[in-house]
Amino acid sequence: MRMNRRIWMTALVPVAALGMVAGSLSQAKSDAVPGVTSTEIVLGGTHPYSGPASAYGIIGKGIAAYFQYINDQGGVNGRKITYKDLDDGYSPPQALQLTKQLVESDHVFAMFNSLGTPVNTALRPYLNDQKVPQLFVATGATKWGADASKYPWTIGWQPDYQAEAVVFGKDIIKNNPNAKIGVLYQNDDFGTDYIAGLQKGLGAKAGQIIKTASYEVTDPDVRSQIATLKGSGADTILIAATPKFATQALAAIGGLSWKVTTYLTDVSSQQTVMHAATAAGGAAATNGVISAGYTLDPTNTSQANLPGMKLYREIAAKYAPSSDASNASLLYGMGVAYTMVDILKAAGKDITREKVMAAAEHISEKNPFLYSGVDVTTSPSDRFPIREEYLMKYDNGLWNPAGTVIDARR
Amino acid sequence: MTLPRIGTPTILGFAIAALILASVPWLVPAYVSFELTFAGAYAIAILGLIILTGYNGQISLGHGAFMAIGGYTVAIAGQAWGLAPELSILLSALLCGLFGALVGIVALRLAGAYLALATYSLAVAVAPVLKRFKDLTGGAQGLTLTPLHVPAPFAALGSERYLYYETWFLAAVLFAASWFALQGRLGRALRALRDNEIAAISFGINASYYKSLAFAWSAALAGIAGSLIALATAYVSPDGYSLVLSLTLLIGAVLGGLSSLWGALAGGLVVEFLPIWAGTLNPAASSLIYGIALIVVMIVVPAGIVGAIQRAVFTITRPRTEGTSRRS
Repeated sequence: MRMNRRIWMTALVPVAALGMVAGSLSQAKSDAVPGVTSTEIVLGGTHPYSGPASAYGIIGKGIAAYFQYINDQGGVNGRKITYKDLDDGYSPPQALQLTKQLVESDHVFAMFNSLGTPVNTALRPYLNDQKVPQLFVATGATKWGADASKYPWTIGWQPDYQAEAVVFGKDIIKNNPNAKIGVLYQNDDFGTDYIAGLQKGLGAKAGQIIKTASYEVTDPDVRSQIATLKGSGADTILIAATPKFATQALAAIGGLSWKVTTYLTDVSSQQTVMHAATAAGGAAATNGVISAGYTLDPTNTSQANLPGMKLYREIAAKYAPSSDASNASLLYGMGVAYTMVDILKAAGKDITREKVMAAAEHISEKNPFLYSGVDVTTSPSDRFPIREEYLMKYDNGLWNPAGTVIDARR
Repeated sequence: MTLPRIGTPTILGFAIAALILASVPWLVPAYVSFELTFAGAYAIAILGLIILTGYNGQISLGHGAFMAIGGYTVAIAGQAWGLAPELSILLSALLCGLFGALVGIVALRLAGAYLALATYSLAVAVAPVLKRFKDLTGGAQGLTLTPLHVPAPFAALGSERYLYYETWFLAAVLFAASWFALQGRLGRALRALRDNEIAAISFGINASYYKSLAFAWSAALAGIAGSLIALATAYVSPDGYSLVLSLTLLIGAVLGGLSSLWGALAGGLVVEFLPIWAGTLNPAASSLIYGIALIVVMIVVPAGIVGAIQRAVFTITRPRTEGTSRRS
């Protein structure tokens, strides 16, 4: 008999486990608009607080800090923002589960700024199917703005890779009409978006791209590609590479004593890359490198007195005291949260998901956290909120703004 | 092979478990069924690890690689050849079984920490390999699966419930098949090799055959799990198969309990719901809470959850008069 009882108990294990899960059953609210009450708007999101991309988790802290600041100012149209941001570890399956939970259990009004191209690719069919806004996703792929007819509930925010390459193309022509251009690019959507954008920016002069060299993310090194580009006689090089390969490329240019005008994607313009390249290839490897930006730069002391930078410092000190305020990702979070608050306001007191999407398609905003002249604008036929960037030049350890803001649209 | 005797209580217990599993999607919100689908898939993969590690003593830090093969097989077979999901799951199992057997042959020459390192390299190689064969795998951008087509008789269920039933049905079948297989000669051979390989060989057990078989079997289960997760997510990308996944499976097997197949069920539920729970407490510190919870569980129940339950059940049901000399 003892034996039988043991088997009984063993069989009860799954029963008990499933019972616990069933116990967490949540009641559906009967609101007309999910996530909106007279006093509250609930927004959801996922960021990688753990895992390989956890460095970006600080974006969520910037967003939360800005929403807290807005709530203390009285909220949006009398409603406070509740921001439920979860850790997806940069894993698409994990992000999809959490997003379903946020939509179906927490009844969020909209999903906001989930991070990463793979993650958002996995979320997009579900959110569009449910007609839940997928707002201002944190990725630079071109498809968030381009696929509007198929996925009308999705929109990006930051400049897409093509837009940045257009900006570079225009600047090359302006400064050196007879430039002979070489391109180093990563052999995937990121790199090919870049080539397409560069050709667009060069327009009739696209033929001046005399050599392109690609690498695979599995390659150990890009030195031979740089040597090939140098051998082609190019006097201008565009580096469309992720941080590790950008560091190698800059170091190789320095090592080969190649006197070339270098354009570097914003993806790899962080100080860690620049410092590593300087250490490996000497100051000549990085001095004079041109990149592009759109947000203010918290590491640049010459911007310290701008009103947007002062506001940023104030909010960071009060609402995100444990975060590193010199981290540009914290500022990015506040910048994108500013646009979010803006469209919630524009959607009015009787807010609905449809009205918010309409507002997201009619943005005309001066964002204090962006560089002067970089405006956030959309229309139903142009769902790319930021397509202007300013150029900056690296000089003795600092990025300094150089020249005027360039608009990739014109 | 003689079939083990099954008593009425066991049948009753399974019937109750089946009834509960069948009714859950109608009692909980859709997103919980969705999460339970993942838990079921993890349970299948962990079942494979328990057979490999718990029963056969071979350690694998690379089962995420087999899940990746399973996931991409479903994605590519469904997209390129329009193969039905059920058939592509079968194909995944075959492919992973074959690949697992190959790894198993290599594993014959390695043991303990060296085998752990060799399989670790599998897990590390997944992302670069997937990115290298861009034309087939979509590279870093991954592949979007065609939406799951629910066969006509089950159309009323909707795709989420259908996938839930498919996952748990497969889990039950694979669990039962593994259990039956391990009862007889095969199970004895695997355990003997684990406990003392030289002694087992001298008793005439073909070590290479049984050890590669355990690896193939376990890899096939991981492949099926990977297929189910890919179907549920409707998207595969290298980021879904990071090293963390392989470690998660091993954590699930150890936490659930390596000594019993039931450990797979407990492990599947734990690796699915513990991180979600940790993340709701505080997303910024989720990995910290998860890590602390793991340490606490390992201290409190070193034999795993099922090991602890078995012990508790034994303590409760043991007649008092027997004294304390008997150990479970």
